Amino acid sequence: MLMDIQQHAREIGLGLDLFSCIQCGKCTGGCPVSLTTALNVRSLVYGALIGDIAGPVHREELWDCTCCFTCVERCPKDVRPAEVIIALRSLLVEEGKVPSTIGNALMGIFRQGNPLGYAREDRTAWMDGLEVQPAQEGCETLLFTCCSSAYDIRAQAATKALVRVLQAAGVDFGHLGTEETCCGNEVRRVGEMGLFEMLVEEGKPLLEEVGAARMVTTSPHCMNTFRHEYKLGMDVLHYTQVLARLLDEGRLNLTGRVEKVVTYHDPCFLGKQNGIFDEPREVLKAIPGVKFVEMDRIRERSLCCEGGGGRMWFEGTNTEGRLAFQRVQEAADTGAEILAVACPFCMAMLDDAVKVKGLSERLKVMDIAELVAMAL
Amino acid sequence: MEPRPRIGVYICHCGTNVAATVDVEAVTEFAATLPGVVVARHYTYMCSEPGQALIREDARALGLNRVVVASCSPRMHEPTFRAASQEGGVNPYQFEMANIREQCSWVHHDRHEATEKAKALVYAAVMKAIRLEPLEEREAPVTPAALVIGGGVAGMMAALDIAEAGFPVYLVEKSDHLGGRVAELNRTFPDLEPVSEWLPALVDQVQRHPNITVYLNSRVTNITGFVGNFEATVEGAKEPLKVGAIVIATGYDVFDPRRKPEFGYGIYPQVVTTLELEHRLAAGDLTVNGKTPKDVVFIKCVGSRDQQLGRPYCSRVCCMISAKQAQLVRQALPDARVTVFYMDVRTFGKRGEEFYDEARRAGVRYRRGNVSEIYRRGDRVVVRVEDTLLGRTIEHEADLVVLAVGMEPRPEAADIAALLKLPRSADGFFLEAHPKLRPVDTAVDGVFLAGCCQSPKDIPDTIAQAKAAAASALIPLMRGVVPMEAATAIVDPELCAGCGMCVEICPYGAPGLDPLWGVSRVNAVLCKGCGACAVTCPSKAIRLQHFTPDQILAQVEALVGW
Repeated sequence: MLMDIQQHAREIGLGLDLFSCIQCGKCTGGCPVSLTTALNVRSLVYGALIGDIAGPVHREELWDCTCCFTCVERCPKDVRPAEVIIALRSLLVEEGKVPSTIGNALMGIFRQGNPLGYAREDRTAWMDGLEVQPAQEGCETLLFTCCSSAYDIRAQAATKALVRVLQAAGVDFGHLGTEETCCGNEVRRVGEMGLFEMLVEEGKPLLEEVGAARMVTTSPHCMNTFRHEYKLGMDVLHYTQVLARLLDEGRLNLTGRVEKVVTYHDPCFLGKQNGIFDEPREVLKAIPGVKFVEMDRIRERSLCCEGGGGRMWFEGTNTEGRLAFQRVQEAADTGAEILAVACPFCMAMLDDAVKVKGLSERLKVMDIAELVAMAL
Repeated sequence: MEPRPRIGVYICHCGTNVAATVDVEAVTEFAATLPGVVVARHYTYMCSEPGQALIREDARALGLNRVVVASCSPRMHEPTFRAASQEGGVNPYQFEMANIREQCSWVHHDRHEATEKAKALVYAAVMKAIRLEPLEEREAPVTPAALVIGGGVAGMMAALDIAEAGFPVYLVEKSDHLGGRVAELNRTFPDLEPVSEWLPALVDQVQRHPNITVYLNSRVTNITGFVGNFEATVEGAKEPLKVGAIVIATGYDVFDPRRKPEFGYGIYPQVVTTLELEHRLAAGDLTVNGKTPKDVVFIKCVGSRDQQLGRPYCSRVCCMISAKQAQLVRQALPDARVTVFYMDVRTFGKRGEEFYDEARRAGVRYRRGNVSEIYRRGDRVVVRVEDTLLGRTIEHEADLVVLAVGMEPRPEAADIAALLKLPRSADGFFLEAHPKLRPVDTAVDGVFLAGCCQSPKDIPDTIAQAKAAAASALIPLMRGVVPMEAATAIVDPELCAGCGMCVEICPYGAPGLDPLWGVSRVNAVLCKGCGACAVTCPSKAIRLQHFTPDQILAQVEALVGW
């Protein structure tokens, strides 16, 4: 499979720049899974540069990458190392050599519009008991729920909380209902460029037809692809940005109290990749009663939960040393009772880790929207 | 009335450079037929003494008042032939050159076509020569004094050399002391010599020098004038300082590692900069949180070689500083493990590689890998890095981490640049006039650069550049006069609307609006004859002498009509 990876990367819309690489290792040194798996992105860039990818491309660890983009953020030469992984994955996708669980997720998206493979008609099951205006009738703000936010039981609670908060603040928002389809952020990152293109082609007009001034997403992953890859004709915001603005403008009044010690985990797609560090913290600090504490590894140095880049659907080669295990321990060590998250993937990974590590008595993982709803 | 043109045309063989491709005899025969031409010759090397003699002798014997030489580029020999014409009694500005080498024989193969093109170029040159006007070269007097901005090592050395040559020097320093960044250092590479052994003596020498006036806590707020005749407004000086030359030695800023948040600088007391370690080494206290470090890490290229920060350049000193400090830490803490993480080791220059050898032999471990992240573990910090030679990511626990921070331009450099219309390179450092041939000159005559304001460099390079800047600044001071370009722009005040577009476009600050008449006037001393103002002027009030529209159009018509 000797071929020009850079050429291939450009053809599939990646900005990989192999020739700028000086093999300094800053990418691999910062890669959150480089201590626990065989994945070495620097070495992959080198292999791609000299045309020696036959070996690396068939290694299973290629699927370990979480696409946290720490390597892209840190690279001093603007190489965008993670994109060599996406390019290599896309070659495997073309050959049908995809881990079966990822294949199933892609099939689910193709057939039902969600990676869990649930029925499209059930996408709005979470709305039970709530009155959500159909976006098709026109609205100022389009609420986009991640597939996890719509179908995952734990994440659904956060989605419901967010709807209650937005309604309490009098926000004019609507939802696409069962027409809503997976954004494809992870589809692109596992290298399924054809399916991703299809999702954009069908999704973009659907989203733009609403005529909303802005979109608000429950997940930083959806926000990321809508912002950078769909190029929509509207502002795309993460819900924490909207909540921070509502609080700032005095439209959201929190009269209840949450007497808890709270810490916050930065999602990679929100923080590292989109520079949104302050708004989630502002929201948490505005909740009456909350005592906010920080962990050591935060903001640009935040530790990835390992849920991105297709890892929601792939166990990875490092089942022993999960980063989420480390992360919940670090959160517990701060004395926090609540580990606040702002992403349905982080919720799933960290909530699971709390149970596995036996920390359930001490630490609860909650979405920021849930904490705000508690203070309404 | 001007006498009728009497033109001599000389075709150069340039050995075989021209003659092998161009039929020089045919070109000469053709030239003889052109209007105004009284003599046309060809010769092996026109730039040789016998070649120049042809021009001189013909000019005198035949009463020539125009000379055309068809040979190489005017960048090469225009001064030579202008001088030969002048010696023959022809005004040097009534000399014209046709480039039949670079623009003809070197780039064409077909002898017939090359010969035809050479003829066309000669024809165009003759058409221009007919219209050339005599211009006079003048000189302006020079104020025999210099201004040096910046009181670091570069500024002090430049000031001393100019003062030693016998000229008054005004040395302006914004802080309350001389010595600059070097005053913050403890020992210097590659000999580990204490700065205290030579810097105080140098400061003392500057302060006591009868020809040097030092202004501390002071800034230059305004500069007017031109080479030989600057006037600088300086805080603390009662009157504007009149000087003939200026040396800029404003130094550098240290990169603030908070802009690389992955290193946790400002969060962890264990993480310091090389400059901070320098202070600690001087104080003899390397403890962190009251404990003696057992493991010390150096991280190179912090704020250098980094595209994302817009700092793509190598700061050139950090490899040597790290090697120096690593050795000093080894001496101070013989039981500590000292590791330098690097992308590349660039210990170039005299005694550089040997110094790197000494550091390793002293027990400093060099590991290849650009550190990606630092976080806390107990009362230590973890340095997370891939050892790229092992191909393995490691967590290296350390008690003290030293960031080898790079150099960056001072923000005030923008103010100085604005005062003098000095260009800066994309990285923000002052731009030298030519990277090789004019490394201490600037685009502004009489203004010179010394030290790290031009680019990162070590102390020996800084001092070498300072001495070079002083020597260059002394040229106008010692000569006492500066030549003025004759081919300058002139403004027709009847046509000028006073819009000021020429003032804006001029890179040399030559045009200015007359406060009384509201029209533009070009200062002939500053004008370089580039013509930017002439083409910008919407009312065509500006005429660039020696490149007037009728001269240029005659040339163009000759070529177009060929």
